[in-house]
Amino acid sequence: MAEGVDVSVLRCAGLSRSFGALKAVDGVDLTVAPGARHALIGPNGAGKSTMFSLVTGTMRADAGTVALAGRDVTAMSEVRRCRLGMSQTLQHASLFASMTAAETVAVALQRHDGSTISFLPRRQTAVRERAEELLADVGLAGRGAVVAGSLAHGERKQLEVALALACRPTLLLLDEPAAGMSPAERARLVELLGGLPAGVTVLFVEHDLDLVFALADAVTVLHLGRVLLSGSPDEVRASDAVREAYLGTGHREELFGS
Amino acid sequence: MTAVRAPTAPGGVPAPVTRVARGRAGIVAVAVLVVLAAAPLFLAPFATTTLTRILVFALFAVSLDLLVGVTGLPSLGHAGYFGAGAYAAGWVSINVTAEAPVPLLAGLAVGAVAAAATGWVTVRSQGVFFLMLTLAIGETLQQVADSWESVTGGANGLTGVPAVRLAGAPLANIGFLYWYVLVFGVVGFAAVALVARSPFGAALRGIRDNEPRMRALGYSTSLYKYAVFVVAGGVAGLAGSLLVAQQRLVSPADLGFTTASFALLAVIIGGAGSLWGACLGAALVIVIRDALDLGGNGTLVLGIVFVLVVYLLPRGVAGLLPRGGRVSAPRRRRASAPPWRKGST
Repeated sequence: MAEGVDVSVLRCAGLSRSFGALKAVDGVDLTVAPGARHALIGPNGAGKSTMFSLVTGTMRADAGTVALAGRDVTAMSEVRRCRLGMSQTLQHASLFASMTAAETVAVALQRHDGSTISFLPRRQTAVRERAEELLADVGLAGRGAVVAGSLAHGERKQLEVALALACRPTLLLLDEPAAGMSPAERARLVELLGGLPAGVTVLFVEHDLDLVFALADAVTVLHLGRVLLSGSPDEVRASDAVREAYLGTGHREELFGS
Repeated sequence: MTAVRAPTAPGGVPAPVTRVARGRAGIVAVAVLVVLAAAPLFLAPFATTTLTRILVFALFAVSLDLLVGVTGLPSLGHAGYFGAGAYAAGWVSINVTAEAPVPLLAGLAVGAVAAAATGWVTVRSQGVFFLMLTLAIGETLQQVADSWESVTGGANGLTGVPAVRLAGAPLANIGFLYWYVLVFGVVGFAAVALVARSPFGAALRGIRDNEPRMRALGYSTSLYKYAVFVVAGGVAGLAGSLLVAQQRLVSPADLGFTTASFALLAVIIGGAGSLWGACLGAALVIVIRDALDLGGNGTLVLGIVFVLVVYLLPRGVAGLLPRGGRVSAPRRRRASAPPWRKGST
């Protein structure tokens, strides 16, 4: 993994956040290399979701810094961070109840296509075409006219990805992209994420370790708010410490299969 | 004008552009305009005056619907900007000139400026806090109107406002006055409808549906809410200047809580977010309050109507129309909850 300050897409140093006496995230360093498919894993309560919020800017850190492509964004709101190329999908597909899939993507596109938001009706041909393209890319071709609330759970997750890609991200953050998906939907998601352009760096939080090892080329394991291990999938797979964190000491079951 | 009154699905989303639907909406819009334009030729003076009041209140309700229905900001102080516009137009008519565009522009400008001066605090709050802040601002503006006697005439109100003059001639005739209000009411409605259908309007609906998601998409939502708050204030001010043109008098009650809540009532009865529904709601409110002889029980009747509407038509009158041409599974509870009922989450 590249360690140079200037080449990393995301670099967190000493990130901390407490809730009362609970140190949810405690001095976490995280470096994500350009083009990486970086997974953030850990047992329940490890601080993954808090870490994710600190990176996106939804939550402010008590201490530490977040740098996006070498630029310190610690004090910036999530809006500014998004404008700088950081884009996210949310754990529970969070969409617009009254909009169709195509309208949803168009709302994101019009913010990031370089034009100003007009107060008068526009035809927005380019936006509409690009929205259709993005929907097709994530496997929602022909579903553009469906109201977002009427889509199946897996489809909503796909729409989330289209929405995130519409922001022209350099860093894509996915919070449990496979949560609640059927095996078939999961397979499609792996295919979709595997096919993302190499220019987009991906950092994702995920519970499903099969999915992690299918997609990730770098893994950071959090445990009780601290980094337990950061390395390649093979290193993580071989680690006794990770096994203990997941299963507790004394258990000797095979966590990752053979 | 055809584009202006195109049907909007409940919740203010433009229906998919099918030629048939758009054509039908165009025909309805033209028919409504023709009937409205011809109305004073057939109606008695009192009925014409009532219709004028309906148009004024409809424009005010439409400006509120832009906040409540389109953006999801339930304001209880919107009458403050309506009244500020009315006082401005009245004061300008008395002290400067009553020549046509001047009182209108004064009302528009003062409504927008008042909203700009008070909006930044309110749009940064959410849910019940927004409700309370707007209420407080409305009450404050009413207090100002009540006590700043040299300008507003105090509790007596601003009296002796001269008739609006068009090219030098005063519009004393009730029918001409009606047409004057109709023309600028339609212009105001068109402006709001265009804003609601613009990319900016799409962003507003996104904020109504899911503000945190809009922030995650890179929209600084406070800025958008502030912008629409100022636009709505300006349109309310324009409606206020039409109010003065009609009743030639402004009193502190015109910017008080009762006026604001009647407007909110009109929006909810008509169906928040549809704009034209707010016009129907405004008509119902004015007819019950002013035109029917209910022996002073108009407000009571309105209260009963409100309760019935909330139970029987949760999406208002506009909710009676089917969602045109949309592929939609059985409605989910969240999707069908009217926007003004939703919390900030």
